[in-house]
Amino acid sequence: MSPRVVFPNKILPYLLVAPQLAITLVFFYWPASQALRQSMLREDPFGLSSKFVWFANFKKVLSDPNYLNSIQVTAVFSIATAAVAMGTALLLAVMAEKVIRGRGVYRTLMIWPYAVAPAIAGMLWLFLFNPSIGSLAYGLRWLGINWDPLLDGEQAMVLVVAAASWKQISYNFLFFVAGLQAIPKTLIEAAAIDGAKPFKRFWTIVFPLLAPTTFFLLVVNTVYAFFDTFGIIHAVTGGGPGKATETLVYKVYNDGFVNLILGDSAAQSVILMVIVIALTAVQFRYVEKKVHYG
Amino acid sequence: MKTLGFAAGVAATMTLLSSTSAFAVTEISWWHAMTGANNEVVDQLSKEFNESQSEYKVVPVFKGTYPETLNAGIAAFRAKQPPTIMQVFDAGTGTMMGAEGAIKPVAEILSMGGQAFDKSQYLPGIVAYYSKPDGTMLSFPYNSSSPILYYNKDIFQKAGLDVDNPPKTWGEVWDAAKKIKSSGAAPCGFTSTWLTWIHTENFAAWNNLSYGTNENGIGGTDVELKINAPAFVKHFQELADLAKDGTFKYGGRTSEAKQIFLAGECGIFTESSGGLGDIVKSGMNYGTGQLPYEADAAGAPQNTIPGGASLWIFAGLPEEQYKGVGAFFNFLSQTPIQARLHQVSGYLPVTLAAYEETKKSGFYDKNPAREIPIKQMMGKAPTENSKGVRLVNLPQVRDIQNEEYEKMLAGQQTAQQALDNIVARGNKAIQEAIGN
Repeated sequence: MSPRVVFPNKILPYLLVAPQLAITLVFFYWPASQALRQSMLREDPFGLSSKFVWFANFKKVLSDPNYLNSIQVTAVFSIATAAVAMGTALLLAVMAEKVIRGRGVYRTLMIWPYAVAPAIAGMLWLFLFNPSIGSLAYGLRWLGINWDPLLDGEQAMVLVVAAASWKQISYNFLFFVAGLQAIPKTLIEAAAIDGAKPFKRFWTIVFPLLAPTTFFLLVVNTVYAFFDTFGIIHAVTGGGPGKATETLVYKVYNDGFVNLILGDSAAQSVILMVIVIALTAVQFRYVEKKVHYG
Repeated sequence: MKTLGFAAGVAATMTLLSSTSAFAVTEISWWHAMTGANNEVVDQLSKEFNESQSEYKVVPVFKGTYPETLNAGIAAFRAKQPPTIMQVFDAGTGTMMGAEGAIKPVAEILSMGGQAFDKSQYLPGIVAYYSKPDGTMLSFPYNSSSPILYYNKDIFQKAGLDVDNPPKTWGEVWDAAKKIKSSGAAPCGFTSTWLTWIHTENFAAWNNLSYGTNENGIGGTDVELKINAPAFVKHFQELADLAKDGTFKYGGRTSEAKQIFLAGECGIFTESSGGLGDIVKSGMNYGTGQLPYEADAAGAPQNTIPGGASLWIFAGLPEEQYKGVGAFFNFLSQTPIQARLHQVSGYLPVTLAAYEETKKSGFYDKNPAREIPIKQMMGKAPTENSKGVRLVNLPQVRDIQNEEYEKMLAGQQTAQQALDNIVARGNKAIQEAIGN
């Protein structure tokens, strides 16, 4: 530990953090408090008449079978997206380690999809897998698969999971590559001398040593799947068919901005806020301590 | 969502800034949702109006899709910075009407423009849809359309169907669709956009069936849905059965099915008359016909109901702005402008004079497709089943319908189950929306 630096000036530190505090207050606390207030009101879209109803909106939301369905959809979507995105990224990162020539180019190419906006990523996948004009949909049909994500809820889910995880693979790849580089080569070489095959070396040495990175990515990917995939779902399925891909975030949007039921929508976003706070707490409590950055 | 809010904020600031820079001229902001060629029409009309006089300046602002525009307008109203004119789509009409106190009836404004307002000049079917039960016209019909039938003549030829006589009833459509499929002329027989607007709301009006109580909501906001009646069940069961082997192909909740038709995958297609432009552009050898009706429905075909959008004015704005809007709407109602709008955009003319003028010019002889929706809407005086559908939460009810129809088409439930669910869920949502 380095010795603590003490600033003699009493006011300057507050002045220095003031801009950040102001931004946090205006862009985070104020909207959050508005959401909280709105979640206890029942009013018409124009705000001409409003009634304070305490927790009635929460009660209504939590007893709505569609909301429970949406929790289930979100769970399936998040687990699948995190698993696919992390699994693929790990595989690619391990493979990238083995590449000797053109490693830099290979890694740069891998990172590109991260720069694509969610809505654009959604549109790309939508076009590729559009049942009538998509080139990949044509391939699927040729293979004898009755590809119709417009009506088949499971196929629609596969499509949004694919699009969402494709976008996140780059990010995971970057962290796995960094994690792999931090593993001492001597350990792996020693194991190789003892006769451990590559697969065995991976499972007994590399994978356990990557655990902190994996755990960190698990939290990040879950948060991503929960909150940053709205654009993809909006562009690809719009929550359908039926309610097969309506995640919690999408339902907040749909109830608030399409159906104009502001109280329900605000109550749902407050519930989401609680979930984020919990996830962040978990991350700080358990993960931050164990991840070693470089 | 964050970006949406941010964009709305930026746009609002821009409007504020620009309105302070003008002194003598009263600015009239017009929020709209028109894209492509229709956006150009909006800009062109504003420009022409601005050049025709020097007191007012109409400033059109594109706000995104129809629901996005409605949301932006509502948010701006809540922030006490509403635009002067806002374009609201058909399904949002009930929402706007429910917001008495937030809007100013267009009938009042039109008489402020210096001219007396004469409702009889306007197409009755359209005006009735945008009026209160007591007959006061609330919004200005800007772009109205109605669903019609399109068919691919090349596919008809290949299937050995009569190229000059499109099917008139749903029974004939199913027969033709089966023939297209079985003859191999195309992989699918029939597709349609908007199962809600075309196969539910217009299906009810065109066959003179009740969609809901209280004249489908025109007479009052307390509505009980009636769309699980046998005729609806029969129609949707037929669709569901045809979907099993791909004779009917589902395209999506709004206009997505247009792609399927344009790609030549299906031979017959029902879609808004406003969709004609893209079909003409594709160079397809197409034909048009009236929206099909149910052969055994008494009194069918009755009349179809308008879709599209109308222009709403917010309440509580300065007097000069209202006068400006009055002048602008009177400008829009002029016969040459309406006739041109109709002929260029494919939307219906708003005034009778514009219709007569277009007819006289021989335009319909060359473009029969343009007259079909007008005839459909004006053929008979509307009954209580066919004035339109107006619910305070029609977008939500349409959403419920889409979800249940999708489950039905995927084979998870029968048409009877789907429609029963729609009625139960829809009635509950309506009761909540009207505050019970």
